[in-house]
Amino acid sequence: MTTRNITCILCPQGCNLEVTVDGDSVIQVKGNACGKGKSYGAEECLDPRRVVTSSVKVIGGEYPLVSVKTAAPVPKAAIWDCIRAINAASVNAPVSIGQVIIENVAGTGIDVIATRNVAKSDDIVKEKICI
Amino acid sequence: MIEHDVVVIGGGPAGLAAAVAARQAGAEDVCIIERDKRLGGILQQCIHNGFGLHIFEEELTGPEYAQRFIDMARQWGVHSMLDTMVLDITPDRMITVVNNRDGLQTIKAGAVVLAMGCRERSRGALNIPGTRPAGIFTAGTAQRFVNMEGFMPGNQIVVLGSGDIGLIMARRLTLEGADVKMVCEIMPYSSGLKRNIVQCLDDFGIPLRMNHTVTEIHGKERIEGVIIAAVDQNRKPIAGSEEYVPCDTLLLSVGLIPENELSRSAGIQLNPITGGPVVDESMQTSIPGIFACGNVVHVNDLVDNVSTESAIAGKAAAMYDLGMFDESKAGIKVKAGPGVRYIVPNAINLTRVDDAVTLYFRVDNVYEGAVLRVSTDKSILFNIKKKIMVPGEMQHIKLKKSFLGKQGDISDIVVEVAGEAN
Repeated sequence: MTTRNITCILCPQGCNLEVTVDGDSVIQVKGNACGKGKSYGAEECLDPRRVVTSSVKVIGGEYPLVSVKTAAPVPKAAIWDCIRAINAASVNAPVSIGQVIIENVAGTGIDVIATRNVAKSDDIVKEKICI
Repeated sequence: MIEHDVVVIGGGPAGLAAAVAARQAGAEDVCIIERDKRLGGILQQCIHNGFGLHIFEEELTGPEYAQRFIDMARQWGVHSMLDTMVLDITPDRMITVVNNRDGLQTIKAGAVVLAMGCRERSRGALNIPGTRPAGIFTAGTAQRFVNMEGFMPGNQIVVLGSGDIGLIMARRLTLEGADVKMVCEIMPYSSGLKRNIVQCLDDFGIPLRMNHTVTEIHGKERIEGVIIAAVDQNRKPIAGSEEYVPCDTLLLSVGLIPENELSRSAGIQLNPITGGPVVDESMQTSIPGIFACGNVVHVNDLVDNVSTESAIAGKAAAMYDLGMFDESKAGIKVKAGPGVRYIVPNAINLTRVDDAVTLYFRVDNVYEGAVLRVSTDKSILFNIKKKIMVPGEMQHIKLKKSFLGKQGDISDIVVEVAGEAN
């Protein structure tokens, strides 16, 4: 049985939660002012996840980079592996929002997708003036 | 001379939402003037997620949120002049613009929406003593370098100020391989969201030094280090607490200021606390036909609030242009009472309110278990018990038109905090 102290992020009160975990199950959450804090504390201890956002090099684009994100939150422990894969990746312009840049990043089963449109560098002049 | 029904100055989230709303409300010819090469404003460099939870009920990144509104602007046939700088606005809505395509031009607008956003406070605003080397950036500048241009500002980083951009950049630079040594905050509390403190600092073991500031900058060509010191209750450095921290980069996340050079030259009345225009419930400024919305009025923490507020401004601007805007004076003054630093809007004309008016405000300190009191010059309207209120999180109160209508002939609405600061 282990006890962990974490800060609840759900509101500015920022309760200091004391979560007691035994293997795969949460025994108790203490310090939470509300019910939401209880489930946050449990989840954050058993399976903490984050959406990783970064940028990927674009070849032949109007911008040198395209912003990307993991399409769903990945396990916190996989953040650095995701970042290494993202840093090694590159993509040819044009890129459109939602386009898969890396499939199944770092074995998480989750794709890295583009969060911005990037036109080819020679296409920009044409559409510069009006949308 | 070029003429447009509604001219929106600034193509960020505020300008986009205002332009779309103006079209939806019936203005035919709506044009956004934007000085960057693209629409979207600062959202394009905010590549982290967490935008849009209220409006789209999903967590988007900044560029995704911007694209949703850019697409809407396209669908509604909003025009835009990109790469174009507005030089001047007159009270009768003549707008002088310049770009390298058409040179200097004058545009006549049926109504104007100011949506210029805000700027970061820089080193000059803080008066940090020491040398003047390279390597000192505002957090937003560093954000643009890293996220859009592909440059790292440095490797060993100290962040001054725990505003959200500073926290976000502490994580971003860490993920890109930099050593972020600490974030210093002169106040005893952070102005950033709890979520950012946990997910940007705690997740990566970056220390947050409350009640600390940078007192001196070292380095000749490039910054080599800073001296940090603890501060007392009056935010004065405590002698003997100084500590030298070697670094090659100092990021400043020390507040945002609404960008109001144009408003000022037009003679629009500004609120000395926010630095933004004084506005009524329709987001109309002190000059009829000129409206303002988003961070040019007051700095928001959530872009969703900016979009909501800007839609009000856009709709009102369309009504004004169409001659359907009730031009009678706003009869109810809205005031920030004790404990409230500022409040928006500053006046209400009930006849122009559709269903309800939302008051946005910030408290001036951390309050736990305090009561928010809303009263008029005649009576106390209601009290709301609040578990916690912090200056970093904007508060809002929605007042129904029907409820206000029942209060008789009132001239003031005051929002105050009844209770002790922590």
